Amino acid sequence: MTKISTTGRIVTILSALALLSAYFYPIWQIKLWAPQYPEGLSMQIWIDHLTGDLASINKMNFYIGMSAIDEDMFPEFDYLKYIVGFIIMVGLAAGIWGRKIGLYVFFGLLVLLGIGALADMHLWGYQYGHNLDPKAVIKVPDMTYQPPLIGYKQLLNFLAYSGPHTAGWIIGGASFLVFLVVLFESKILNRWRRIKNQ
Amino acid sequence: MKKSVLFLSLAVFFLIALLSCRPQGPGVAATSDAASKVYVPPGEHDEFYNIVSGGFNGQISVVGLPSGRTLKILPVFSVDPESGYGFSEESKPMLNTTHGHIPWDDLHHIAISTTDAVHDARWAFANANNTPRVARIDLTTFQTAEILEIPNSAGNHSSPFITENTEYVVAGTRFSVPHGEDADRDVPISTYKENFRGAITFISVDENSGEMDIDFQIDAPPFAYDLARGGKRVSGDWFFFSTYNTEQAHTLLEVNASQQDKDFIMAINWRKAAEYAKQGRGERIKAKYAHNIRDKNSHIATSTIKEDILMLDPTELKDIMYFIPCPKSPHGCDVSPDGEYIVGSGKLAALIPVFSFSKMIEAIENEDFEGDVNGMPILNYESVLHGEVKRPGLGPLHTEFDGKGNAFTTMFVSSEIVMWDIETLEVIDRAPTYYSVGHLMVPGGCTAEPHGKYLVAYNKITKDRYLPTGPELCHSAQLFDISNGKLELLLDFPTIGEPHYAEAFPASLIKDKQVRFYRIEDNSHPHMTSGPGEARVEREGNVVRVYMTSIRSHFRPDNIEGIFVGDTVYFHVTNMEQEWDIPHGFAIKGANTAEILVMPGETATFKWMPDKVGIVPFYCTDFCSALHQEMQGYVRVSPAGSGVPLLFSTGE
Repeated sequence: MTKISTTGRIVTILSALALLSAYFYPIWQIKLWAPQYPEGLSMQIWIDHLTGDLASINKMNFYIGMSAIDEDMFPEFDYLKYIVGFIIMVGLAAGIWGRKIGLYVFFGLLVLLGIGALADMHLWGYQYGHNLDPKAVIKVPDMTYQPPLIGYKQLLNFLAYSGPHTAGWIIGGASFLVFLVVLFESKILNRWRRIKNQ
Repeated sequence: MKKSVLFLSLAVFFLIALLSCRPQGPGVAATSDAASKVYVPPGEHDEFYNIVSGGFNGQISVVGLPSGRTLKILPVFSVDPESGYGFSEESKPMLNTTHGHIPWDDLHHIAISTTDAVHDARWAFANANNTPRVARIDLTTFQTAEILEIPNSAGNHSSPFITENTEYVVAGTRFSVPHGEDADRDVPISTYKENFRGAITFISVDENSGEMDIDFQIDAPPFAYDLARGGKRVSGDWFFFSTYNTEQAHTLLEVNASQQDKDFIMAINWRKAAEYAKQGRGERIKAKYAHNIRDKNSHIATSTIKEDILMLDPTELKDIMYFIPCPKSPHGCDVSPDGEYIVGSGKLAALIPVFSFSKMIEAIENEDFEGDVNGMPILNYESVLHGEVKRPGLGPLHTEFDGKGNAFTTMFVSSEIVMWDIETLEVIDRAPTYYSVGHLMVPGGCTAEPHGKYLVAYNKITKDRYLPTGPELCHSAQLFDISNGKLELLLDFPTIGEPHYAEAFPASLIKDKQVRFYRIEDNSHPHMTSGPGEARVEREGNVVRVYMTSIRSHFRPDNIEGIFVGDTVYFHVTNMEQEWDIPHGFAIKGANTAEILVMPGETATFKWMPDKVGIVPFYCTDFCSALHQEMQGYVRVSPAGSGVPLLFSTGE
């Protein structure tokens, strides 16, 4: 059995199409709250640009010597749209072609994309939070400002949050669906059950 | 014998003691759960915006209800050194008049814009009583957007009342004065009856922009026009004005204007008058007035002097003006929510007459007249009367409504508020005020749909209500709960200036429409600086323009040299911030004006004439950031003709 079921093919195609949301909605978001920012400051990360209160965030970061966030800092914005486009094509091809090997390749690419994006963000965040201007007006001994990868983190007077935005959630959900398809089509579950029954 | 003498003297003693006991006045304490009813927990918002006239401070206070907390003092007719209103080059033209720049006025009444006689709260209108003007305040920015001078008026007291869809704002003159050319106006005061005229001004309001313009004036008899109200719903086409001094006295009015038993409530069919004005059935007469308006994007005010107005003659246009006799110098003239009843408050009368609009129309149709004023009909008092509130108290002034069939009238002399039933005219309740209440206000209480929950009394005398502060005291206000069909005192709070009329409306109407900052892309100021890189200093002759940016936490440029004594220096300060609540200030040592506060995205201009040689500091006056104290700079002022080159820099 090297073929995928019809349901599996449809879900694969729909999941691939869901990835298109990356071009229409922000993928990731950073939020910051402080006593004097009860309404919060936010930054949305899109596939090829940034939006939100960048100017305000940069103004705050200036005090502690962090470099200003600027779209030009991120070469990812130049190629990420092509990578996602390629993965969508692979997904569509896998669904139409209907062979399991295509499905596994698609799923593998999704996993790599997720791991790659998180690793990339972690490396950037480390660099951004540690590489401080020695002329900074506020210097707190031993303090660095690496933003959280996912979730909440207190950084001086700011509570920072990092997490998926609309497209991020959709891509995550689509990847999970593909994972389910892989689970069912590969009969891993059956094998596991058999082992359990023996 | 001895016993009876003793008994008698004891009896006399007790009688005297009894008579000496001062009778107890009405209860003074607030109800026991009053505190919880006015308590707005930290971080939560008040239910109503209360827009309160400042009287002799020429400004408006914005107060939250039910807490009574003052949220803002909004400059309208008086300069405000705090914000630079009336001092910055952009705002100065707002206070221009045909008499030149006037830094003060007396602001009495508020009108909040309505649609179909219900608050839409797009704009607040306010009157200048001393030098007649009407202002329009934009309620998304809480800034004075426009000021219109009223010609042929002297004492703009009967203003700014509005028609139910804010088609018109009216301005009736308190002092009648002669109109026309100089020669017509230079007359002996004793020729009052022949030469003096009243003027009722109808100001049109553009339904989209709110921009005002004088559509027409009505040449009314030389009475004193005191207060007014637009009709609503059934009476929506009419306007009612209280009048006094129908005796037409010109000296010692205290006595001479109180001789007649009745003065009038003047009813004007404004819809018909507006039609006549449209048909041009009046005379264009010379009358200069200033029209000042502030541009939304450049924030620059311009003042234009206009030359003439259209005057309608109500003795020729027969069906626009009628007079309802009203006892003893009526002050307030208030219309019930359904538009059917007009309450006249004769301030010297011992009763409150309530007139019926439908009876008025009937009397006009039946020509049920008891006389005339220069040929204009005086309606028969009895025919127009719905009834009189008997023995309400002393000195009735103003009436508001709760929308549940009740009216509330202030009594200045007996210092109380009286609640009465509009239909039966029975007094239901009364509550003392501290002291001598003037105006009162129910949220939406002058509209077709009052929010009959609270009532605020604005008092004229304060005395012992708060910690004493020398001879001059703040004016006191009292908040009452009226939701239970009676008057329950909740709160006593100090106010700013001298509040006369005020209005209140639900905060939800405008809370989410507030402008948080001005978009820098929309800034069309000709001297704005689009970014720190554009900051510069330019000289043309002895005029120097500093194109300056302010952003946390520096000015650019912050060092300027090559300025000479005798120069005129304009600091065009652009606040580059694009964030809520980050204004920057600008002040310079020795400037004989004021500071300016520049809102995010705005450009404001500070004019400075250096008069001494030396190094002059300037700094940001609004604590904007952790490095606010570092936000400063220097100007080097050299002797005229010393040839010091023009230099400017930041961060070198």
